[in-house]
Amino acid sequence: MLVPIKVRVLALCLAAMVFVSMSLATDITGAGATFVYPVLSKWAADYAAKTGDKINYQSIGSGGGIAQIKAATVDFGASDKPLKPEELSAAGLAQFPVVIGGVVPVVHVPGIEAGKMKLTGTLIADIFLGKITKWNDSTIVSLNPDLKLPDKLITVVHRSDGSGTTFNWSNYLSKVSDEWKTKVGEGTSINWPTGVGGKGNEGVSAYVNQLEYSFGYVELAYAIQNKMAYCQVKNSAGNFIMPSLESFQKAAASADWTKEPDFYQIITNAPGADSWPIAASTFVLMYKTPKNAASTKAALAFFKYALENGQDQAKTLQYVSLPSSLVKEIEDYWTKQIH
Amino acid sequence: MLDVKTAVMDPLVRLDRRDRRADKFFRLAVQSCAIFVLIALLGAALSMLIGGREAFSTFGWKFLWSKDWDPVQKQFGALIPIYGTLVTSLLAMIFAVPISFGIAIFLTEIAPRWMRLPIASAIDLLAGIPSIIYGMWGLFIFAPFMGAHVDPWLNSHWGSLPVIGALFRGPNMGLGMLTAGVVLAVMVIPFIAAVMREVFSTVPSPLKESAYALGSTTWEVVWNVVLPYTRSAVTGGIFLGLGRALGETMAVTFVLGNTHRLAASLLEPGNSIAATIANEFTEADSSLYLSSLIALGFLLFVVTFIVLTIARLMLRRMARLEGN
Repeated sequence: MLVPIKVRVLALCLAAMVFVSMSLATDITGAGATFVYPVLSKWAADYAAKTGDKINYQSIGSGGGIAQIKAATVDFGASDKPLKPEELSAAGLAQFPVVIGGVVPVVHVPGIEAGKMKLTGTLIADIFLGKITKWNDSTIVSLNPDLKLPDKLITVVHRSDGSGTTFNWSNYLSKVSDEWKTKVGEGTSINWPTGVGGKGNEGVSAYVNQLEYSFGYVELAYAIQNKMAYCQVKNSAGNFIMPSLESFQKAAASADWTKEPDFYQIITNAPGADSWPIAASTFVLMYKTPKNAASTKAALAFFKYALENGQDQAKTLQYVSLPSSLVKEIEDYWTKQIH
Repeated sequence: MLDVKTAVMDPLVRLDRRDRRADKFFRLAVQSCAIFVLIALLGAALSMLIGGREAFSTFGWKFLWSKDWDPVQKQFGALIPIYGTLVTSLLAMIFAVPISFGIAIFLTEIAPRWMRLPIASAIDLLAGIPSIIYGMWGLFIFAPFMGAHVDPWLNSHWGSLPVIGALFRGPNMGLGMLTAGVVLAVMVIPFIAAVMREVFSTVPSPLKESAYALGSTTWEVVWNVVLPYTRSAVTGGIFLGLGRALGETMAVTFVLGNTHRLAASLLEPGNSIAATIANEFTEADSSLYLSSLIALGFLLFVVTFIVLTIARLMLRRMARLEGN
């Protein structure tokens, strides 16, 4: 009989502790892009350990995130695609970037290792349009005279689900190819002229790894984890750039974030000699005058912590944190816009 | 007799009345259970129809046979997903029905008694595996096998045949209609086989023994005695499998290739209704896009209903031809 009583007392103590910590801590809720989920949950865990404030983030996709914040069911939404300033002001929302990543082209041609193949934006567009169909096409050969390119059909692999990765990829191709822009356009889901669709970054990685002579696109972390052959891409300054955290950072730094209000900036095809051309950023959306001021304030405190102290966590997960000048601008924007 | 009953056994009459009331209540209870299913079905179909009305009113009947699926230009049509759903389910049934039949015959007629339980449990276990597991198995193990061995063989041996050759010419990717059909077949076999085994074992022994006594082979007994005796239940089992194949989502998404293109070849990637919805629902950012996806869901209802109705009509005709 003694043991159960002890257990009961212990349980009561635990319950009391949980109750106390719950009453002190704020629960912050967010929803949106899957792309930021790994780094956001790492930041959230560290932040909760430090302050006790819990962040409950549902990675339901950018479209879902935008819908949820517009319905005011969450404290913040996250989207890979920035909303236009008009749309933001109509909904009473503020917007700021939180983290930078990059999309990289990956190929599976026997004998070609990571970082060896060189590509240009128009070439990628022509391949994804189905105009260039073979690996030994003269355009690819002239860019890569040292590589042995086989007389094989290219199997294009794309995302089957709507995604921010696709948005940035198609946005880049629209910027560099007029034909892509008029025939296909940009979006989180698009009407692919050719190829097969894999679900998620892991689906595309699996397809590219399995299918010889395939060509796909994934986020850098997936390319590195799955040991895929990523490629160099020529940027707007005319240099061939290797995808890396440094070149993503260069793209973020060279972009002019203050040109448009609400940080409306898609950083593909960024200027700068060393910028990776297909860098991408994720944006957070919050109400300018929120109904629940306390939890919005807590969410801002969390993002302040993440932007100022979260660089190392971001780096280990293959994300790039924002340059410090941009962090400063974002914090100014908060004090001006969010009350 | 009646007079005696009412006059002498008055308490019994009262009991009778109470019984009748209980019976009435019971009937009402089970009736409402059945009606609940109808209401749930109608409610789901109606809310899909309402959710999809923007797509139906924008595209009209064209939505049914348009090949377009362009989220950027906001042009949507259901032809390719409907085609993919029907073809993969048909393929699944072509593989699954004979194999399930074989399993059930073996377990009820041929297998020694000690073997029946382990195999039957293995089949039941197969039915309990979640579809995502089949999808991952399909993607990482089965699709590469198809791409390396089956697709090239089909291409070189059957690809040059007249007319049906077009079905088997295509890239050796291991992804596509055929792979999806086979994975679906593996998924529905447990359902069909379990029902068949169950009903085959209800056939009275004297019937079978008489046939054996007349010198019938096992096949003749199964085909002429067991199958006619259990036909409607067997068909029910096949419907159960077909229903599952039509609506299967995750496993198909992994191996079908998810491409909105109409292709004659079974080796080419395609798309199904359920896979399209699962893939694109999260990022459907315009109301017309979302509405088109919900409209697809409604069409899945309609397609399933039509397929099952056709199957029932065929069954009835078969029964009439045989004169029962």
